[in-house]
Amino acid sequence: MSSVKKEKKPSTDLRYYISLSADKLQSKWKTIVIFIPFAWLLLFFLTPFFIVAKISLAELVITSPPFSKMIEWVDGSVITIRLVFDNFIYIFDDPLYARTYLNSVKIALVSTFLALLIGYPIAYAIVRSKPVTKQLLLFAIILPFWTSFLLRVYAWMGLLADQGTINNILIYLGITETPIRLLYTEFAVYIGIVYTYLPFMILPLYANMEKLDSSLNEAAADLGSGPINTFFKITLPLSMPGIIAGSLLVFIPATGEYVIPDLLGGGNVQMIGRQLYNEFARNIDWPVASAVAIVLLLLLVLPMAIYQHYQAKAAEVK
Amino acid sequence: MVNSKATSGSAALTGSNEFSRDRPLLEIKGVSKKFGDFTAVNNVDLDIYQGELFCLLGGSGCGKTTLLRMLAGFENPSSGQILIDGQDMSEVPPYKRPTNMMFQNYALFPHMTVEKNIAFGLEQDGLAKTEISEKVDNILKLVELQDYKKRRPQQLSGGQRQRVALARALVKEPKLLLLDEPLAALDKKLREQTQFELMNIQDKVGVTFVVVTHDQEEAMTLSTRIAVMDKGRFIQTGTPTEIYEYPNDRFVADFIGSANILDGEVVSNIEGKVEVTTYLGKFSFKNTSNIAKGSTLYVGLRPEKISISRATSKSKNIIGYIDDIGYFGNTSRYKVRLDNDQIIDVTAQNQKRPKDEKDRLTYEDKVNLSWDNSSAMLLLK
Repeated sequence: MSSVKKEKKPSTDLRYYISLSADKLQSKWKTIVIFIPFAWLLLFFLTPFFIVAKISLAELVITSPPFSKMIEWVDGSVITIRLVFDNFIYIFDDPLYARTYLNSVKIALVSTFLALLIGYPIAYAIVRSKPVTKQLLLFAIILPFWTSFLLRVYAWMGLLADQGTINNILIYLGITETPIRLLYTEFAVYIGIVYTYLPFMILPLYANMEKLDSSLNEAAADLGSGPINTFFKITLPLSMPGIIAGSLLVFIPATGEYVIPDLLGGGNVQMIGRQLYNEFARNIDWPVASAVAIVLLLLLVLPMAIYQHYQAKAAEVK
Repeated sequence: MVNSKATSGSAALTGSNEFSRDRPLLEIKGVSKKFGDFTAVNNVDLDIYQGELFCLLGGSGCGKTTLLRMLAGFENPSSGQILIDGQDMSEVPPYKRPTNMMFQNYALFPHMTVEKNIAFGLEQDGLAKTEISEKVDNILKLVELQDYKKRRPQQLSGGQRQRVALARALVKEPKLLLLDEPLAALDKKLREQTQFELMNIQDKVGVTFVVVTHDQEEAMTLSTRIAVMDKGRFIQTGTPTEIYEYPNDRFVADFIGSANILDGEVVSNIEGKVEVTTYLGKFSFKNTSNIAKGSTLYVGLRPEKISISRATSKSKNIIGYIDDIGYFGNTSRYKVRLDNDQIIDVTAQNQKRPKDEKDRLTYEDKVNLSWDNSSAMLLLK
């Protein structure tokens, strides 16, 4: 210890000063590297958020832009600040919104669960496959991203329509005589969401399971545990971080999803993203639309906060 | 098993330490394992008896771990048969075998406490909770980890983890405990200490151990018997003394300890007495096998079996010059250059403290080498 301290004492040794300035330079770079993404977030996330929050506290007026000003000069001498909470009260009063929020959360939750049910075995199989096959399978998971999301949803419309591929095949096979209604149902929305967000479930699961030590499974087997018991006692608990990460990556965007319920659900499936669009574009009620967005944001921040808490606890144990 | 000499310890963990030579506990019959074109284990036969601490010793890739994994049931033999206590294991999955394994990386479950890790195996057997906690407490006492029950593996030191892994495997009282490089992850001092602990524990519980190791020192200290493996085959099987003093093969002599290996030629083989000439002169061996006159083989001479002294005018033995010295404190290793430029390794005990510089053998000193002819080892090619 003492020898280390001696070295750190200011001395005439030139190397000491060089190392000192190198340290300083390094800490300066550290600050810059951290600052850039923070500045980015501040500018492009926080600023719009405050603008939306501001609009949500305004009143609908027929001007351009269509909302009342928050801060105004009265007679050029008095500043008035007007905060209108009517929009939030309106959202909470009208059962339509509560129902739509709940329906969104329900659809997102069920979709997440389905994606987990489908994605987990896929991720598991990828981890267990040979290196070459593994690369190929991972590539296949990422492949859909090379086509526009919108195009892929349109493709589903073609598949699910009354005169679409699926119904044509069913009729041809004689399973049904009249087309089964698939498009513009909640079922179609589930298909669309699960299909679209499945890679977001598989990839974090894969990343997590890839790191799992296969000798743990062998150890469990060695101690008398059959394959099914080993899965539930060892593999599943250890892949929990991957399950949580994947579920959040599916649940959060699925809750606010607009395109899929609009194109595949039509008027029959009420989801909050579509409601928000209606308020904004059809009713041109920016303040209510903003309030809907703020409530949605709070709804999504909650599970995120729970996840962060969980992560911090896990890190503590390590 | 009849416990003739039950030693102290928990009643469940006592056992006999006498080898019952009548029926082997483990029988390996002509076992081979092929991975594609590669033969990892090549037609191996072995019997291991109750209470033994058996070491599979060899370099990396010699097939020792594959053989151990076949005993545990993680690999299936390509051909041959493994019997434990007379029962054929070929159709028995790992989770139904009367074996337990201690993994090289310990494979402790990171999401469970020490206590839960050890209890895991017992829970699979459907034991009552009180019985489980009693057994866990007993085994924790044995490995001296009573105070670490509630810790997680990540919160333990390497040596502690090693003992948890050992406890987890032992608590199930297997017929056969398999240990894959049990001490490899520990530092030297801890390794030496743990070697003796491992032997003590084995002595107490009486379970038969099969240890895989690449460390010949570890194998020598731990085991009752050793099988030296190379390229998937057993080169020699025997007690540590047999393996060290009577290696029958050049590989074994070279792998265990060190040896001066001399090229030799058989000059006569009369009535079980074989005479071999080397550049260090003639050696004779008692050997009953038929070695033809004129055939070539090796003669091994261990460095510590050669005496070294300063050459005097009367010296009539082998004379050489010191080329290099390795000083280890208790011993010194000399590389002695002979007239024909061959180098002979000699290890000498530093029994007396040298009185002065002149008293000490040093570079280019002319020395006299001698040995007892019976220390030489006849090694077949």
